[in-house]
Amino acid sequence: MAIYLDYAATVPMSAEVLAAYTDALAVVGNPSSIHSFGQAARQMVEQAREDIALAVHADRNEVIFTSGGTEGNNLAIKGLYWERNKYASRKKIISVYTEHHAVIDTIEWLEQHEGAEAVWVPVHSDGEIDFDWYRNYISEHKTEIALVSFMVANNETGVITDVKKFAEVAAELGIPSHSDAVAAFGYLPIDFADLNLATMAISAHKVGGPVGVGALLVSRATKITSLIQGGGQERGIRSGTLNAAGTRAFSLAAKIALQNMDGHNQHTRKLIEKIQNHVSVNIPNAKFSRGGQPGLSHNAHFTFEGAKSDSLLFLLDQAGFAASAGSACQAGVARPSHVLLAMGRSEAEANGTLRFTLGANTTAVEIDQLLEILPSVVATARA
Amino acid sequence: MKVLAAMSGGVDSAVAAARAVEAGHEVVGVHLALSRMPGTLRTGSRGCCTIEDSMDAQRAANKLGIPYYVWDFSEKFKEEVVDDFIAEYQAGRTPNPCMRCNERIKFAALLEKALSLGFDAVCTGHYATILTGEDGELELHRSNAYAKDQSYVLGVLTAEELKHAYFPIGASASKDDIRKEAADRGLSVANKPDSYDICFIPEGDTQDWLNDKLGSTPGEIVDRSGNVLGEHPGSHGYTVGQRKGLNIGKPAADGKPRFVLEIRPITNQVVVGPHDALAVTELAGSRLSWCGSAPKNQAEWFTAEVQVRAHADPVPCQAAVINGELVMKLNEPLMGVAPGQTAVLYVGTRVLGQTTIDRTVSAVPIEA
Repeated sequence: MAIYLDYAATVPMSAEVLAAYTDALAVVGNPSSIHSFGQAARQMVEQAREDIALAVHADRNEVIFTSGGTEGNNLAIKGLYWERNKYASRKKIISVYTEHHAVIDTIEWLEQHEGAEAVWVPVHSDGEIDFDWYRNYISEHKTEIALVSFMVANNETGVITDVKKFAEVAAELGIPSHSDAVAAFGYLPIDFADLNLATMAISAHKVGGPVGVGALLVSRATKITSLIQGGGQERGIRSGTLNAAGTRAFSLAAKIALQNMDGHNQHTRKLIEKIQNHVSVNIPNAKFSRGGQPGLSHNAHFTFEGAKSDSLLFLLDQAGFAASAGSACQAGVARPSHVLLAMGRSEAEANGTLRFTLGANTTAVEIDQLLEILPSVVATARA
Repeated sequence: MKVLAAMSGGVDSAVAAARAVEAGHEVVGVHLALSRMPGTLRTGSRGCCTIEDSMDAQRAANKLGIPYYVWDFSEKFKEEVVDDFIAEYQAGRTPNPCMRCNERIKFAALLEKALSLGFDAVCTGHYATILTGEDGELELHRSNAYAKDQSYVLGVLTAEELKHAYFPIGASASKDDIRKEAADRGLSVANKPDSYDICFIPEGDTQDWLNDKLGSTPGEIVDRSGNVLGEHPGSHGYTVGQRKGLNIGKPAADGKPRFVLEIRPITNQVVVGPHDALAVTELAGSRLSWCGSAPKNQAEWFTAEVQVRAHADPVPCQAAVINGELVMKLNEPLMGVAPGQTAVLYVGTRVLGQTTIDRTVSAVPIEA
């Protein structure tokens, strides 16, 4: 049986969530219908909304259910951009090139189609964003800025950013902040109300819920333009029949993840430290990609210069270990990591990345087995 | 043995992989990503570089129950094949990029990576056969499926590369048999169209693509005596043997049509002349390699056959290596051979070696 070390790609559903999900799938009724069936389904959605709101300390009306993280990021960035340009010209979008493609590509789409201008804040080699540069830039250009967007935790390197600090200085200038919290939600305490954010995207399958459901938090004070028109569900922001069973499973998975967060983080941190120590002793010229930056406790991202990611992944997969080079991509090709390149690393380093992300089910024995073969895997990939 | 099946997404490589599995080898399917910006859907008759092709390969691998990976060779492919293609045209030559891909990518970069990752052989869907010769060394031979024979594009393989090459469908009778076999095996690529076009040139328009890369500088059209006959918009738009599109106003003195005989990149001239002058009697090139054991006395003239295009008929010749150059004196003239093309030497069905043609000698003296 292969060993799964790619929890950041997707987290297996627990038996409890799976049972709740399948039970919910059996419930008949469109949540927007008026009759008793519809009301039963609606009740399920609204309970889920409350549970999600509770999980991120938001108002229940601030939870807009979506199909997942990519939709949430698109909706927030395009929606804020269009809203902010209704009565004024604010073309600049401030972000960093270490963001997920759901953010970067959305911003670049707005550049190509809507006349937006992306401003990418410099990032240090350990993934830390240059806050002083950012603060100076936005103070000088405050009237031209539509929004800023910074992720809570990086999906590849695990680097955690103090989003509150970034959002506060924007808020003082009247600029809305979006945050992609997909990689962080369930692994870090997140207080939407306290973060000063206008919008924040989260996704179910990264916390043990099903694929195909997520939420965008939209603060009560924030207006956004919707991307899809239809039946006017979700305050008119996100039309389309509500995925009642999905929201039920999402909220339960989120609740469980938050209840277990401390234990989970202690467990995975210990194993990640074990990997880190073993790699630093036994594998020459290996770098823990985020250096000393604060990071997700279940994420170990390395750069092995001189080894290509596709070779590393091939050898590991053949040996029965499922890892990743960074984020998954449509053609299944390991490309040089845009995150590492944005951190100013060389193409050779960005080509030789490997990410292990662990979960509640990962055991010390599995990590021992991994560490037994990892040095020779890296050596072979470098040959 | 542990076999890496290079799977383009086409029917040949899928059946080759299937046969490798059936032969009891431990097989892993690998698709080569050759483009940094792959298209999502196949267009025209290009056959291997889109995401659709990668998915076709993956479906075939799934059907065969073998692991499947995509390996990125786009950087290497750009350097070794695409840039080489452009440079060759710039130098007034006519390159064969598929040959270059076999030489530098499939049986070099890919093979090297495969060997370092623990594989014994690379398997492809080429129509060619590897046999053991009398001296015990491996030899590359033509496929029995003469119409589909691809030994020409494999002429660049060296003795060492032959040891790790595996062509499971190489001896097949026909492409129809392979399609039928694919259908019988439930492979959905059974009816996928063949690819003909150069994979990295969209819409198959080589001239437009080259104009885009190289720009076009107008120059003179001259005859072999140097008389200026007209003007051309850019010399890489012409290939040796071309008749149409010369746009020379006045007819030749003898009233016969004129053909492109030569492209001179340094002076940016296109040389034209009568059809007879296209005939060449001698080919020579210094970038040469032997496919398996080399001939013992290379400096002495030996009898062989030479083929200058993938599907051209071979022509008998006398060959020898003289001052580091493989020289082939043809028993009968060949029409319109351009420098840059590959001359593959055969003895019977065996591929002996190859060279990239640097120069040709015309059958007709300049005064003609």
